Amino acid sequence: MARITLDGVAHSYQTDSAETTYALRRLDHVWRQGRAYALLGPSGCGKTTLLNIISGLITPSSGRILFDDKDVTALPTEKRNIAQVFQFPVIYDTMTVAQNLAFPLKNRGVERGAIERRVREIAELLDLTKDLGRPARGLTADAKQKISLGRGLVRPDVAAVLFDEPLTVIDPSLKWELRSKLKAVHRALDVLMIYVTHDQIEALTFADEVVVMKDGRVLQIATPGQLFDEPDHTFVGYFIGSPGMNLVEAEVDGATARVAGQTIQLARRYPKPPAGSSVRLGFRPDYARLSSEGVLKVQVQKIDDLGRRRLARVKLGPHEIFATVPNDAPINDGMANLAIKPERLFVYVNDERVAGEPS
Amino acid sequence: MTDKPINNRAWLLVAPVLAFVLFSALLPMMTVVNYSVQDTMGANNFFWNGDGWFRAVLDPSTESGQRFADALFRNLSFSFVALLIEVPLGVAIALCLPRRGWVVGLCLVIMALPMLIPWNVVGTIWQIFARADIGLFGATLTGLGLHYNDTQDPVSAWCTIVVIDVWHWTPLVILLSYAGLRAISDAYYQAAKIDGASRWAVFVNIELPKLRKVLVLAILLRFMQTFMIYTEPFVVTGGGPGSATTFLSIDLVKIALGQVDLGAAAAMSLIYNLITITLCWIFYTIMTQLDRRRDA
Repeated sequence: MARITLDGVAHSYQTDSAETTYALRRLDHVWRQGRAYALLGPSGCGKTTLLNIISGLITPSSGRILFDDKDVTALPTEKRNIAQVFQFPVIYDTMTVAQNLAFPLKNRGVERGAIERRVREIAELLDLTKDLGRPARGLTADAKQKISLGRGLVRPDVAAVLFDEPLTVIDPSLKWELRSKLKAVHRALDVLMIYVTHDQIEALTFADEVVVMKDGRVLQIATPGQLFDEPDHTFVGYFIGSPGMNLVEAEVDGATARVAGQTIQLARRYPKPPAGSSVRLGFRPDYARLSSEGVLKVQVQKIDDLGRRRLARVKLGPHEIFATVPNDAPINDGMANLAIKPERLFVYVNDERVAGEPS
Repeated sequence: MTDKPINNRAWLLVAPVLAFVLFSALLPMMTVVNYSVQDTMGANNFFWNGDGWFRAVLDPSTESGQRFADALFRNLSFSFVALLIEVPLGVAIALCLPRRGWVVGLCLVIMALPMLIPWNVVGTIWQIFARADIGLFGATLTGLGLHYNDTQDPVSAWCTIVVIDVWHWTPLVILLSYAGLRAISDAYYQAAKIDGASRWAVFVNIELPKLRKVLVLAILLRFMQTFMIYTEPFVVTGGGPGSATTFLSIDLVKIALGQVDLGAAAAMSLIYNLITITLCWIFYTIMTQLDRRRDA
């Protein structure tokens, strides 16, 4: 049980390279005991690198890692009390399920009675009790993945459980089940869990806090709700949510913005952006609807009925965006008005959200 | 059921292959069968001998039966010793090879070099290399005060043949094992690290089980090759001293070409062939059966 602190951690796989090509750029963060985190981002964004730095499989090029107050940067994996579950289930073919679960304890010289008790406890927790005597190799992928997890949890002193896309090879129909098992284990053991995935649904349902990464950079660390409602970065905006956030180029002057020749009032005042920077307005389709109250004129291209809601693909000047269509949406000759919830309309300068001041 | 038309004329497409196999394997084999049931007094006069040759070869109380049994025992001992050395040695070396970088290619090429040398060249190299008076290997051993002479001392002769085979063919085991080891995903090693496994535990619980399949292949190949050994003893020791290194194949050639005992030689070669096939089949069946039972 521990708190893990990353202090200025960065990593590059090449020995001499510029900061921009780092697999993981400088990061300070405290992972709190008992929380569930998800590292979310596209392939190659550095999330696995970050995970391996925490587990000790990679030594970072710079920075320190602290478990509670102890510096473990130089410690090898086996001395770190970390459990890791990999993309492909790792089991020891020649052993039974029980022997698999007992293996980490046996290697650490734990006394036999204690091993047996602990294996039984963990098997109970993971619903593996009836399989304990069976050889591990014949089992299904999800059972094998549970064994991998069990081998991590079996050590009572484990500081954190790290998951590296653990559901990749699991049958889709069992994914949901295994994920809720993970959540249940998390609640039962009150252990720090860090979960790497590129699947936003997995991340948002599993984690208390999601770390969104891209190109080796952490863009935002927030709860799923915050990521949705207040994305700090345009990438977070369109990576999370389906469809993602609408982003349109605009000119912002104080509390007004001009988009495709039309003017819209903003809820806050914004400082003048530096010359040559890209300025965009961002708003989610969920907070933009076709309504007579709207001030922006849009041309409706297509309306999709998604069952729970209707979604329109509309054109705002040259920009193609999505908006919600209420039942009574007035559409005349393919034209409609677009209303955006003011507090959910954000200004992004060079992809970063600008806070602005109350006007 | 299938709606596709069945046309037996399609068999004609296989005919060229059948004809080829007939000429390359079946016909020569049948001449051997033909010889094995006949005796000759020379001058191309053959007469029927039935299973006489087979009974003589298989009965250790006869002279030819005794020769056959002795040679067979030598073959089995040789295969056993060679496999006992080559397989563990090959796996051990494969474990020590680097896993990445340009050295990998270099190491593999150096390792594979002996395999690229033809058998009789290997024999000739070692014939000179092992000479007690001028050969580097033989002279060094003699210089160290060891009693070594591969043409006069049976133990030396045996050791030489075994060392040649180990030198020539351990690389095959190395390459197969190395390929098998490379196929093990890094996650296994990382998981083992996290589980606090020792190097030995990693070998026993991860590497060895994952190498099973390639090792079955390696053992099978090496068994077949060592059991059919011919060129090295023929070139280096000529089957001697005495009959210390007279393996089945050497004896066969002596009987067929030296004594022109075609009937006896034919019967012997058929039995030799059957033994090889049977042993390989037993090997293979046992190993695959074990595998299947573990899976069940």
